[in-house]
Amino acid sequence: MSGSKRSLSEAADFKRELAAVIPHLRAFARGLCGRPDMADDLVQETMLKAWAAQDRFEPGTSMRAWTFVILRNAYLTDMRRNRFRGEYDETVAERILVAPAGQEDPIHLADLQRALQSLPPERREALLLVGAGGFSYEEAATICGCAVGTIKSRVGRARAALTAMLEDGSIPQRSTDDAEAHRAILDELDEVAARQEEPAGD
Amino acid sequence: MAIGGKEGQGAGNGMAADKQQPGKAKAQGSRAHSKGDDARPEWAEGLRALYDSVVDEPLPDSFKDLLDRLDDPSPNGSS
Repeated sequence: MSGSKRSLSEAADFKRELAAVIPHLRAFARGLCGRPDMADDLVQETMLKAWAAQDRFEPGTSMRAWTFVILRNAYLTDMRRNRFRGEYDETVAERILVAPAGQEDPIHLADLQRALQSLPPERREALLLVGAGGFSYEEAATICGCAVGTIKSRVGRARAALTAMLEDGSIPQRSTDDAEAHRAILDELDEVAARQEEPAGD
Repeated sequence: MAIGGKEGQGAGNGMAADKQQPGKAKAQGSRAHSKGDDARPEWAEGLRALYDSVVDEPLPDSFKDLLDRLDDPSPNGSS
């Protein structure tokens, strides 16, 4: 096994760090695919892959960023196999609706979640990384394997789209009800996948 | 869906983008954790809230089980 190159204590460190990022992996995965059950499957898949690839992790670097790359790749692969349908997580939205959490107008969160799921995947992930996960543009670019300018542009477009949707109330219904939208998303994914082969530029 | 559940008596919420009481819901105290762009859309805080709500969830047992299985010595034999 690959683990043999690392000492036991290194493996223990790795495992501890991996355990520590699980909540973030779950949050990122849920933002990406919208469904809690599928998101958790994705996280478990990510953990197994990360564990198997632990020799490639450089101690001292960001475990969160490293595992996000793995999760993202797993997500894109699964997406292409049509496992995820771009559904959004109604239950979380509903729960947040009743949770005060200092949000003046919590109704917007349900809308926000739905609007988020309607974004093209690469813009959604860029916005998730920067706007929710708190990564810098540079870190997000590294995670997505693209140029910093590309990330900035994707985040900018995602923000503009969300703002527009939330302001004029033109939020799509559940995207699963909309085969058209779903197909569009899958088409975009193919583009994303194709673009990964070469240096990206938006 | 329950979105229409505002208290709005007169809020005939149709397409008329009711820009009601701008002062009311505009978060005064929204913590700005961004350098640079001060044109934070109102929903920016909500996006973080969505993310953080998942981060703060208690971890299902399945993850602890998986962690325990990771270094299960059985596939590895010794070493």
